[in-house]
Amino acid sequence: MKNTRREFLKLAAVSALGVGAGRLGFLGDAPAHAGALPTVANFEEGLKAKHWGMAIFSAKMTPELIEKCRTACHSEHNVPDIPGNKNIKWFWGASYEESFPTEHGHYLSEDVEHRQFPLLCNQCETPMCVKVCPTQATFQRPDGIVMMDFHRCIGCRYCMAGCPFGARSFNFQDPRPFIKHFNPQFPTRMRGVVEKCNFCAERLAVGKLPSCVEAAGGAIAFGDLADENSDVRKALREHFAIRRKPDAGTSPSVYYIL
Amino acid sequence: MLEKALKGSPRYWGTLIGLGLVVLLGLGFWVYQLTFGMKITGLNRDVSWGFYIAQFTYLVGVAASAVMLVLPYYFHHYKEFSKMIILGEFLAIAAVIMCLGFIVVDIGQPQRMMNVLLNASPNSVLFWDMIVLNGYLFLNIVVGWVSLQSFKNDMTPPAWCKTLAIVSVIWAFSIHTVTAFLYAGLPGRHYFLTAIMAARFLASAFCSGPAILLLLILFLRQLTGFDPGKKAINRLAVIITYAMCVNIFFFLLEVFTSFYSNMPGHIAPFKYLFTGIDGHDMMVPFMWTAVVLGLGCLVFLIPTAVRQKTPALVIGLIMLVIASWIDKGLGLLIGGFTPNPFETVTVYSPTVPEIMISLMVFALGGIVLTVLWKIAVEVRVEVEGGNLSMVPPPAVEAE
Repeated sequence: MKNTRREFLKLAAVSALGVGAGRLGFLGDAPAHAGALPTVANFEEGLKAKHWGMAIFSAKMTPELIEKCRTACHSEHNVPDIPGNKNIKWFWGASYEESFPTEHGHYLSEDVEHRQFPLLCNQCETPMCVKVCPTQATFQRPDGIVMMDFHRCIGCRYCMAGCPFGARSFNFQDPRPFIKHFNPQFPTRMRGVVEKCNFCAERLAVGKLPSCVEAAGGAIAFGDLADENSDVRKALREHFAIRRKPDAGTSPSVYYIL
Repeated sequence: MLEKALKGSPRYWGTLIGLGLVVLLGLGFWVYQLTFGMKITGLNRDVSWGFYIAQFTYLVGVAASAVMLVLPYYFHHYKEFSKMIILGEFLAIAAVIMCLGFIVVDIGQPQRMMNVLLNASPNSVLFWDMIVLNGYLFLNIVVGWVSLQSFKNDMTPPAWCKTLAIVSVIWAFSIHTVTAFLYAGLPGRHYFLTAIMAARFLASAFCSGPAILLLLILFLRQLTGFDPGKKAINRLAVIITYAMCVNIFFFLLEVFTSFYSNMPGHIAPFKYLFTGIDGHDMMVPFMWTAVVLGLGCLVFLIPTAVRQKTPALVIGLIMLVIASWIDKGLGLLIGGFTPNPFETVTVYSPTVPEIMISLMVFALGGIVLTVLWKIAVEVRVEVEGGNLSMVPPPAVEAE
């Protein structure tokens, strides 16, 4: 029963998208730029895990590659490009000190000192943002992904105070005029709500890897942390990795291989 | 009794109209914020809470004004406070209304506010804060109104009213504790992450709330001749002085823990507030003003001979209010969010629209307070035949 209803909803959503993309003039030329629409068959190939996780080979992440991943992520998710400190960030690069401020290393190796580290939502195992959210607009899925319901968020920004990683952004203004390449397959947000990286839950649902993982071309291992044969576990078994601010107790699912 | 608010002197109406104009002006800025979003504030990605939430936090403290009167009155049968209690309860009502106002102007999607009830999330402290604040508002409205009504009709307030008053005393502790828990439970914010946060909130509330109440009462005495009695004023001043000493002591405990342990994350907010980091020293003059006024007010408040002189008391109280406002209404929030999670400094300062919207909320509270206090004073005029300075026999209490 549940399955058939889900199938029906998927079908309905997909056909609505198809019709909408084909006919609605206000989308401009966006539908032409968007990839092929997912079909029911795609959803059947959706990737599943007990707990999604990521291991980043930070030495391979050059500033150019970080920028490539950032662009892939931001254009996939209609992340606006807003100048100044009221900006929206899902994926970005930062120095070692900013990424790991609790490490306080005085004498860093030169390559680490000058390295850019890609930052994104850590998809914590015990996320503080979910705990503090007064409306359950931020919630955790059984597979560990911390997601947001943009339509339920009241914009209290308690999650931003709760997140120890600065992973969350608030729409201080209508973000739509700042979206350069509109992707009709992902919702845009309205002003007054919080947003963040969703580990590409919408791509995993149709069997694709997250867009940053795809763009990184092997520099980011992604997979099921509970499965010891997964890419991410293999990477973590073979390399020493650290997490950001483990003492905050949120247990990030994103690992950095130094 | 509401009809008493409808008749008044030109001064009364002038006050209301003046405050009303401030509300209208602020309303314009709020419409501006609702139209363009919160980009008109100084808030940013790193300092995501600011002036609004800070005022909310401070006003939760002001709502404590009532409890420092109700507690001695009901728990220790200190009858001298009988004339002041109603004013304290009405100030608490105005303060909680302002608290709620600051929450409304702070959230990005105010029309979705009811989601907090529709999707009640007991794991969020914000949910509990909503419960305790509205509960405290309700308790003070009922207790305040019923006891004033009884006083007007020369009757002993009903027993349930006394029960509610006692509940409100315990409830008052919850509003400070739960509001402190909003901050104290966040792992990434070192300035907030301290077990003593709730205790600090109580101490700062129990000095600043009654201090504002006492200042307003002294002003009211100047305007209307309403005199709550010398003994009551002196006693309240003693309570304020003790609470301020405890407040400063608690703050020094934080300073000791941070600097003796030498933990960088705990020291950084103090450094930002009191010396500035990387040349960002906007908060420095404010914080040192708070230090000077906070310690300075004790010079006026601790020696009994000085404290009992009204001008000295007023100066001491004003210094106390400014110091505690800088500490809680500016420093607490800005220190909590600076340095940011990347241990860098993103500067926040409130913008003009932000301050105008805040003034709107304050003026709204001022209107509520003016109307409620007018009613309270008029009832007393009616009961005591116009002789406001007469100290009445303590209200008869069912023992």
